[in-house]
Amino acid sequence: MGITFSDITSSAPLVSLVLFSFLTLIVESWGKDKPVLSYWVSLLGVGVSLALSFGHLGAGIPVFGGMLLQGGFAGYCNLIFLSSAFLTILLSRGYLERMECHRGEFYILILFSTVGMMLMAGALNLITVFLGIELMSVSLYVLAGFMRKKVRSNESALKYFLLGAFATGFLLYGIALIYGTSGTTDLVAISKLFPQLSHNPIFLVGCGLLVVAFSFKIAAVPFHMWAPDVYEGAPTTVSGFMSTGAKAAAFATFLLVFVRVFDIAGTSLSQVIAVIAAASMIVGNVTAVAQTNVKRMLAYSSIAHAGYMLSGIAAANVEGETGILFYLLAYTFVNVGAFGIVSIMERQDDKKLNFEDYEGLSARRPALAVLMTIFMFSLAGIPPFAGFFGKYYVFLAAVKANLTWLAILGVLTSLISVYYYLRLVVLMYFREGDADLDHSVPRRSMIALAIAAISIVVLGLYPSLIVDLTRSFFKI
Amino acid sequence: MLESYVPIFVMIAGGVIFGVVMVKLNEWFGPHRPNDEKLSTYESGMEPIRSARERFSVKFYMVAMLFILFDIEVVFLYPWAVSFKQLGLGGFVTMAVFIFVLFLGYFYVWRKGALEWD
Amino acid sequence: MDSHAVATGALYGYRNQKSSSTNNFFESSVTLETFLFYTLGAVSVGSALMMVTRRSPVMSALYLILNFFALGGLYLSLHAQFIAFIQILVYAGAIMVLFVFVIMLLNLGDEKKLNERFSWKKIVGAGLSFGVLMELIFVFAFSKANLPPSHFEKATDIGTVENIGMQLFTTFLFPFEVTSVLLLAAIVGAVVLAKKKLN
Repeated sequence: MGITFSDITSSAPLVSLVLFSFLTLIVESWGKDKPVLSYWVSLLGVGVSLALSFGHLGAGIPVFGGMLLQGGFAGYCNLIFLSSAFLTILLSRGYLERMECHRGEFYILILFSTVGMMLMAGALNLITVFLGIELMSVSLYVLAGFMRKKVRSNESALKYFLLGAFATGFLLYGIALIYGTSGTTDLVAISKLFPQLSHNPIFLVGCGLLVVAFSFKIAAVPFHMWAPDVYEGAPTTVSGFMSTGAKAAAFATFLLVFVRVFDIAGTSLSQVIAVIAAASMIVGNVTAVAQTNVKRMLAYSSIAHAGYMLSGIAAANVEGETGILFYLLAYTFVNVGAFGIVSIMERQDDKKLNFEDYEGLSARRPALAVLMTIFMFSLAGIPPFAGFFGKYYVFLAAVKANLTWLAILGVLTSLISVYYYLRLVVLMYFREGDADLDHSVPRRSMIALAIAAISIVVLGLYPSLIVDLTRSFFKI
Repeated sequence: MLESYVPIFVMIAGGVIFGVVMVKLNEWFGPHRPNDEKLSTYESGMEPIRSARERFSVKFYMVAMLFILFDIEVVFLYPWAVSFKQLGLGGFVTMAVFIFVLFLGYFYVWRKGALEWD
Repeated sequence: MDSHAVATGALYGYRNQKSSSTNNFFESSVTLETFLFYTLGAVSVGSALMMVTRRSPVMSALYLILNFFALGGLYLSLHAQFIAFIQILVYAGAIMVLFVFVIMLLNLGDEKKLNERFSWKKIVGAGLSFGVLMELIFVFAFSKANLPPSHFEKATDIGTVENIGMQLFTTFLFPFEVTSVLLLAAIVGAVVLAKKKLN
């Protein structure tokens, strides 16, 4: 055994990103106080990896001795993570410069975190799942506390770290029990043993613990408590990255382990996940209505969206899988964009983060107002934007899996969500106010927002592009 | 089975017993003539001021943190060294890559001045 | 048994009723084993309880060391020599130093402040923890789950340093290399968060 040359070529996006993260680290160490250099190297690294990923969408193949899946499903998920990282890096530079904490380590940690996500999406072994989650989380803990002089940022990092470490405990205990009952950590081997293992109570307890750990990472109720505080305190662009890349990675692992490997369709695990999904939709949407801070509102909205997507996992059919994959891509562009605009509006010391700070924005900053409107419409699931089709696919999957009640609940709670998303739009367009910026928006930030908005519109107009692609992953 | 550990336990027990016995013998047979000067913290005459529980600087933590991270690196060297002959050249390259990656970390720490006591 | 399962068995080393009954050629070893297990188990549970109930953080840290040693002993009795050795070296040695530094760093002057007020959250938390504990006890005690048989002729072979080395650098080579990236991320993170002056 060992690592062969073909392993490395088959996982070119991952390997190139790792090498670029090393290069960024070297550049950052060598030239002191030149974060701009790290910015360019990291952007180039993500770009190269993104370009390579497009060539790795064919059939998935196991590499590195069956530890990792590359191509296919994993290749598609890599596109999501890399897009999220790319837009986050573009949006972060201006934001960090204004917040006076522009340092090159930010980009290094974004790259490491993305590597962790790519490992999670391709994990074919529970050890790889664990290492991927840890690599992603350790980087995110630090990123959440990146503004070292801000109390909120420190609080955010500490909360995320303590609760995240606890969730890791659940994950490891779950892995230990699954290993103890199956005798292997290899997911392919476990999938062959699953029919007989699914009646073993110890194995089921292990699966339950994994559900807890994954639900924590996707911020689903009742494991969501950290999300509002962490998203609020973390640097805004990092919140955007966490709510998209990290969430997508956790969903990818969730999907891989519970639908691909364990095949939970119609089992008690599917019911457990359906209940978590329902709770997330209700709690997320109802609490979001009461928020006055836009970052907190987006945090609760991200909990609600986790609930919608979880109904696709509870359904555990091909429609659910393709629906989640489409949803994740759409949601990534929408939420990175929404958090990006919030980061542009934000001033030093957490100023200008409330709803009323957006009053009358359309008069002075029409471009920002239009972009925010697109993002809010898409989050609310109003056609023809991509968010609508994401919801449509996962709810359709739920109906096909005889979880009609979940789909109905999803539609009803979506109606609640329209209120708080459109409230922001109404404030921007129909309310007199003096919302404005005291700085010019860097062109790179506008480019990032434009990419996000265009992607949402294109995905909304041609959803079949992605759905046909993702369906081809599951013809195994 | 567990019997193979018996010599180790005997060794540990011997160490503990020896330490305790020596301290206790001293206590039992040594002369005890305490006075105020002898019982003060510093017999040399320094008056202790304030609490000994001073707040530590975060710098200590930084050093301890880096120590642990490189300590874990060393832990991996142990099983590698033990099975080095069977692993051959492949094993050597594997460990070289691992150490190179952590050397990047060392380079970063060094260039950032995290090893300096500033 | 497929080779992969053998590999994982070697890395983590588990024991089950079947394999422990194979060593009845020496009857006293079973009793010594169970005696050690219950003693070390009692010490580890007791020290963990003491650790969370102490008011003084330094006392908590000392009980944690005791807990680490008891766990090390448990690993040893499960024939996981390498893990036992690492447990003492890394946890009781290095990580404990970090704990003490954190206690000193925070300098919790009035230790009584740690004693929180009584609240309903505690009751709910205690109730949920108790429920999970009961569930686990029930599952382990009453389920007729058949655990996979051990893949090793001699249980003592599982956790030796040679075996772990061979598995780590062949089957688990990729996770091993990933570990270096994880450590690298931790190094960068430590410097970003804890370095006093960042240029």
